[in-house]
Amino acid sequence: MSYEKRPDGRNFDELRPIEAKVGVIKNAVGSASFKIGKTWALAAVYGPRELHPKFLQDPAKGRLRCNYNMMPFSGTGDRIRPGGNRRAKEISMVTEKSLMPVLDLKNYPNTVVDVFIELPQTDAGSRCAGICAASMALADAGFVMKDLVSAVAVGRVDDKIVVDLDYQEEAYEDGPVADIPIAMLPRTKEVTLLQMDGEISKEQMAEALELAKKSVDEIYEFQKKALKEKYTGEQNE
Amino acid sequence: MSNIVKDHVLELLKNDTRVDGRGLKDYRDIKVDVEVTSTAEGSARVKIGDTDVIAGVKFNVETPYPDNPENGNFMVNAEFLPLSSPNFEAGPPKIDAIELSRVVDRGIRESKMIDTGSLCITPGEKVWSVGVDICTLNTDGNLIDAAALAAIVALKNARFPKYDGVKLDYKTLTDEKLKLSKMPICATVVKAGGKFFVDLNEEEEEATEAKLNVWSTEDGELSALQKGGDSNLTVEDINQMFDIAIEKATELRKFVQ
Repeated sequence: MSYEKRPDGRNFDELRPIEAKVGVIKNAVGSASFKIGKTWALAAVYGPRELHPKFLQDPAKGRLRCNYNMMPFSGTGDRIRPGGNRRAKEISMVTEKSLMPVLDLKNYPNTVVDVFIELPQTDAGSRCAGICAASMALADAGFVMKDLVSAVAVGRVDDKIVVDLDYQEEAYEDGPVADIPIAMLPRTKEVTLLQMDGEISKEQMAEALELAKKSVDEIYEFQKKALKEKYTGEQNE
Repeated sequence: MSNIVKDHVLELLKNDTRVDGRGLKDYRDIKVDVEVTSTAEGSARVKIGDTDVIAGVKFNVETPYPDNPENGNFMVNAEFLPLSSPNFEAGPPKIDAIELSRVVDRGIRESKMIDTGSLCITPGEKVWSVGVDICTLNTDGNLIDAAALAAIVALKNARFPKYDGVKLDYKTLTDEKLKLSKMPICATVVKAGGKFFVDLNEEEEEATEAKLNVWSTEDGELSALQKGGDSNLTVEDINQMFDIAIEKATELRKFVQ
């Protein structure tokens, strides 16, 4: 078997259309919106603020706390019961770990920096979109950062290595599939998130990682442009 | 801190003005967008000033309630997202969110806007359920009027997913919409410093003494009320507030598209 054509006609190394914007939530210290295809993530940063309960406080540095949540109507199927689940908890945790390496919170002892990620609409790749939005929101909030974090899923569908799988592609049934969410520091290509489920060889995995490197560079440009636009007044509603 | 804000609001009210220069009966700018999320079968985003909410409708096929075997199910839920305000925390809905969702539920349900009988597929066995979820994106006062409007517009635009009697296909929406008769609208009137005013921003809400959420339909009938605030209202107050709310509802109804 061979995978010849993607459902939406994209090239195998082509991302879905991206729209990125910062400063979308007025109450937040920093915020961002990141859309890739039909997947839409919003992120808002609050803090640094005092962390409760007190025993969680770290006198050496501030704590980063991420919360990933899909809105009840954001899934491709049934309504999602609000209130979080195991999946959301795990994604929140790996999101924290994907952003931690670029942040330096030692100037904010005993505090927490909250990043709330909300998905109004999803079509696969939501944790990656969430990480892209979150890193832009942290930059928008003015935190000192080593770099932004850019994330995308790469994967294998049958005999092809592809980038930015949508839901239909993740659910491909005529051959093996692997789904690999990756986050990188775009300048150094250091990996801060790596997950995989499916079937893939070591050689194909290496190829997928190369494709991820190229793709995060493209995403990085959209993120930087959105941040710059806030200050050049080119942003429109 | 909040006393300074409160005193300032009350001082301005004496001269019939407000922190942003509006008149007592003026809403802030209102913006309504439909079909803002494609995973919901109907959706709307409503901005009133800097208050920003999104509502999404999801259909499902369920068994009816035993005491109501020939009517579909209707549910409203509100999520006060911590993303939208530094005052909201993650976790189960607090009393404010619960109250808002219940008032929106009653306003819509009791107006008979939705013909729940038409949602029956097989009596006693299968009915459509209609769920509206309202999520806050940014808060700056008067969440309820914004949430109510978003819910109404989302319901008006919702389209049934394809259903073959066994399986729901959420990817294929039909042209069939909900059978709606009335168009109920919630307009909230607040009393403070002896004055009545509408559409308070977050600062102004500090000064709230008493408030009334008033749901009315286009024929001027009331479908739900909720008195809030810590102070009392006289019957004369309440009658005046009805008049203001019905007039404002007529204005707000123009945004239902």
